[in-house]
Amino acid sequence: MFDPSLVLSGPYRDLLVAGLLLSLELAAITLVFALPLAIGVALLRMAPARPLRWLGAAYVEAIRNVPLLAHMLFWYFGAPELLPEPLKRRLYEGNIEAISAVIALTLYTAAYMAEDIRSGMRAIPPVQMEAGRSLGLGFLATVRLVLLPQALRITVPPLISQTLNLWKNTSIATVIGVGELMYQAAQVESASFRSFEPFAFATLSYLSVSLLITGLAAWYQQRYPVRHF
Amino acid sequence: MRELIDTYGVYFLVGQYPNGPLGGLALTLLLSALALLLALPLGLALGLARLSPWRALRWPVSAFVFTVRATPLLMVVFWAYFGLPALTGYKSGQFATMLVALVVFDGAYLAEIVRAGVQGLGRGQMEAARALGLSHLQALRSVILPQALRHMLPSLVNQFVSTIKETSLGYIIGLSEVSFIASQINTQVFTKPAQVYLWLGFSYFVLCFALSRFAYWMQDRGQRRPATATPA
Repeated sequence: MFDPSLVLSGPYRDLLVAGLLLSLELAAITLVFALPLAIGVALLRMAPARPLRWLGAAYVEAIRNVPLLAHMLFWYFGAPELLPEPLKRRLYEGNIEAISAVIALTLYTAAYMAEDIRSGMRAIPPVQMEAGRSLGLGFLATVRLVLLPQALRITVPPLISQTLNLWKNTSIATVIGVGELMYQAAQVESASFRSFEPFAFATLSYLSVSLLITGLAAWYQQRYPVRHF
Repeated sequence: MRELIDTYGVYFLVGQYPNGPLGGLALTLLLSALALLLALPLGLALGLARLSPWRALRWPVSAFVFTVRATPLLMVVFWAYFGLPALTGYKSGQFATMLVALVVFDGAYLAEIVRAGVQGLGRGQMEAARALGLSHLQALRSVILPQALRHMLPSLVNQFVSTIKETSLGYIIGLSEVSFIASQINTQVFTKPAQVYLWLGFSYFVLCFALSRFAYWMQDRGQRRPATATPA
């Protein structure tokens, strides 16, 4: 029958906890890289010059219309083969699985976050930009000093929900052999011939972190409500 | 690249069919269409249950929807893969496993689309219908849903795009959909992994981009001609 001690003590617990920590780490590192990239892409999409706007749109569409799993396969199996030999060798000596996973997750998450940032910025009336420019501020200075502080309140809640998606998406890194939570759950399953306990552990872990992220979003929306003009 | 497509193009599109089971891009499309079709009634039921005036129905369904949405799809696939045989008593194939996982997962997401669609109508519609003497269910069927479903159409097409992308997880349980076939091709060719996976990505892109443009066009058209102007 159901035996929680199987995954709450001993070597199986250590494997699962290590997996959970790696999943959290993947999400955190990805977030650190994806946010600035997303801001950059969002700015490209709103740039005054048409080729820049087109470049931003191409990035978002090209990334979002391909499943994350295909991104992972490409960055793990495909991309390293294109590199010069010495660089490739150094990469294979290191933790190439985790690096590929972070690259795929970063590019994927940034495409979604860029769209959230862009729609947050567009919610600010255009007269704000015009007022900033007419005060003598440049395009970037207006964005930084006038638009961003207002857009933040609108943008943060959807960004938190993208972080929730990112948290769930880390599970896909299992296909390229990153030892995260899902991978370890499957390992414990095949070693112990018990599927219920490791999967229950993984499910509850995913749920708890998701609940935390959802709670954070609710708190933010209450603490910093959107101001209407 | 040209050589790759000449040699493996048919395999990529349909798998081993007609000499074996259907696979490849055709299986990806079949699986996602079937999953969305079966998830629709489930999503409708769950979404309406979340808005139900009866607490005994609303609370457990809300908890279920929240749980599924807070879990990775891969987790649901694993539960289906190992749980279905234990529940049903016989080993189900990869296609059935993936289909069940997708229907449950998409059902929870569609439930939120349905809920948003109904709530987007505003309270007045339900109150007016009830004031005319219709019961809650009658009001849903003849007043609320015909309007809400129209608003939901673009979201449904977007959900189809998501479903196509989600079928790629069939790769993990060895279902011969297009990602799995691509990795099979990669193993056989061995020297061109970047080209093979770019080809895979490009195929998904063409499919999903076209569909998402279609959703965008529908949304645009819907905004220009409000649903209330033409009684459904």
